Amino acid sequence: MSLLEIRGLTASVGDKPILRGIDLALNAGEVHAVMGPNGSGKSTLAQVLAGNPAYDVTGGSVTYKGQDLLEMEPEERAQAGIFLAFQYPVEIPGVSNAYFLRAAYNEVRKARGEGEVDPLEFADIMEEKLALVDMDPAMLGRSVNTGFSGGEKKRNEILQLAVLEPSLAILDETDSGLDIDALRTVADGVNKLRGAERSFIVVTHYQRLLNYIVPDFVHVLAGGRIVKSGGKELALALEEKGYDWLTEGEAAGVTR
Amino acid sequence: MAEATIDRLVTAATPFEDAFRTLIEGDGAQAPANIQSLRFAAFEAFRQLGFPTTKNEDWHFTSVAPIVEHDYLHVTTPSGDVQRAALAPFLFGRSEWHTLVFVNGRYAPELSNTGGLPKGVTLLDLRRAWREAPQLTQPVGSITSYHSRAFTALNTAFMHDGAVLSIDRDVEVDMPIHLLFVTDAVAAKSMMHPRNLIVVGRHAKVKVIESYVSLSDAVYLTNAVTEVSVADGATLHHYKMQREGMRAFHVGTIETRQARDSHYISFSLGIGGSLTRTNIYTTLGGEGCGATLNGLYMLDGEQHGDHQTQIVHAQPNCFSRELYKGVLDGQSHGVFNGKVYVDPIAQKTDGKQTNNTLLLSDKAQIDTKPQLEIFADDVKCTHGATVGRLDEQALFYMKSRGVSRQLARELLTYAFAADVLETIEQDSVREELERMTLRRFMTVAGER
Repeated sequence: MSLLEIRGLTASVGDKPILRGIDLALNAGEVHAVMGPNGSGKSTLAQVLAGNPAYDVTGGSVTYKGQDLLEMEPEERAQAGIFLAFQYPVEIPGVSNAYFLRAAYNEVRKARGEGEVDPLEFADIMEEKLALVDMDPAMLGRSVNTGFSGGEKKRNEILQLAVLEPSLAILDETDSGLDIDALRTVADGVNKLRGAERSFIVVTHYQRLLNYIVPDFVHVLAGGRIVKSGGKELALALEEKGYDWLTEGEAAGVTR
Repeated sequence: MAEATIDRLVTAATPFEDAFRTLIEGDGAQAPANIQSLRFAAFEAFRQLGFPTTKNEDWHFTSVAPIVEHDYLHVTTPSGDVQRAALAPFLFGRSEWHTLVFVNGRYAPELSNTGGLPKGVTLLDLRRAWREAPQLTQPVGSITSYHSRAFTALNTAFMHDGAVLSIDRDVEVDMPIHLLFVTDAVAAKSMMHPRNLIVVGRHAKVKVIESYVSLSDAVYLTNAVTEVSVADGATLHHYKMQREGMRAFHVGTIETRQARDSHYISFSLGIGGSLTRTNIYTTLGGEGCGATLNGLYMLDGEQHGDHQTQIVHAQPNCFSRELYKGVLDGQSHGVFNGKVYVDPIAQKTDGKQTNNTLLLSDKAQIDTKPQLEIFADDVKCTHGATVGRLDEQALFYMKSRGVSRQLARELLTYAFAADVLETIEQDSVREELERMTLRRFMTVAGER
């Protein structure tokens, strides 16, 4: 049985349909890249999987670990092991990173039937996780994402991923706005977190990220549908030829 | 309808006539002669004024009709059955602080802690001060005016207990001094008019906490007045903690007069009561003064909470800072009215006022009104008010990390209030208020 199985998924924002029938299956330990031009629906797919209430699911089904994912609240999805690294991480002034991380960590542990950890135990856990993303411990004392640079925000997302240890991590354009050094750091962190028990959906506009996070499968999204799937070589073909050769006939609603 | 209201308000004064006569003829006759004449004059003023209606600009958003509907007994003898242990939740974990406790409006020496006061500090209940140190009570009635304020007039007419605190010049008091007014079920249908006086001498420094709390959900009226004098170069941190019973009425007025180079730092917490009004007035009466008026109100259910502040810049080169934050849930109604008056001679005034309110429900309501009257031409005065709701993006972000909706709401509420709470210098008071803000978040508390 697949870890995640998406069938005929359609979704819209207000009256505007964005996803027009997505079919995708993903097994434990696999890394799937989802690529596509702007407006193709790839970020919407990521948000819908995490349960963002700003999007209306209008049809289809999503089964995760045998459960109906679409029936679950966002926090239940997270507690069941789904993690979304945001394209634009939200700033929360007044709540420290350490406080927030430990609150999230304890909620996820509670849901798994494990005991909560106190601040001292948590500090030990953090030491190891910080090293993984090469992050300054001082960042823990600052308000969540507040005043962080673009690179710091993305690194903070990967830190949260490392702490929450999800079964399925969805990276929504984690490479956007990063220079090559920051991209490498973030990708290194992700690679260290890869394993047989952890799957990834890597949403990206560019093939560049996939040089560092090498996927098992590549899907091309256009006009709210997957128009082509293949191995990692598909990403290279896209880099060379662009999206046009795949999106002709699917061009409705597609901006370039 | 308006006329009917006025009729009712005038006739409503009658029970007060009886209570006033009883006070003057009975227990209250022990007061000094100057206080007796002040009472008569104040009661006459109250007769003339009647209770304010919403036509009165200062009461536009707060109708006192629910207060006036009731008849109140004026309790002049000690009453109630409050044990020391019952006060523990209100002591900020610091039972060693010097504390005057008042139960149902009357001083309770057996619950108070006045032993070992530092040299230069006088802390007495008002009645003892009248007997033993009448010179200390001279300023009573000279700082605040009852002529246009019905509740202050009523308090002045009925004053017969309260706290008198005097700090000699150059004395710095390390531990805060706590004035704790507690009611229990015996307070039902009664009114209390605590009258306090705080005099801080030249270059002295002290922190005072004024708490109004309840051990019951009785209907009662607290109508408190605190007069404050801060002498040259002195500093007073003054925290008002309004945690009355959820069916109580509370009107509390603090009026402060500041002399040259003095600093008055006020924090007002308003979380209790069904209908409450807090007035905080300060006059910067000398050059080089600073006033900081901060506060937090958190209301739920059908609570109505009104904060009125007034800062009078009467002299040049003074600054004032004001930050009030509100968290309104249920069908609660918050009011904030911040007046800043800058006298024509008060050049180089530097004033800043901010009021931010967070609405947690669709039915909660805020009326916010900054009122700047500036008559000097070389000043810097700003004000701003915001009303917002919880950030849906932030809520989703937190939930997507496994944080429950409830905890996410609490964390965001806490975050909203954090900056004003951070201004409280006294650690144990600040920490207690942070805990209150995070009420149901005890399991992961400990670090911020």
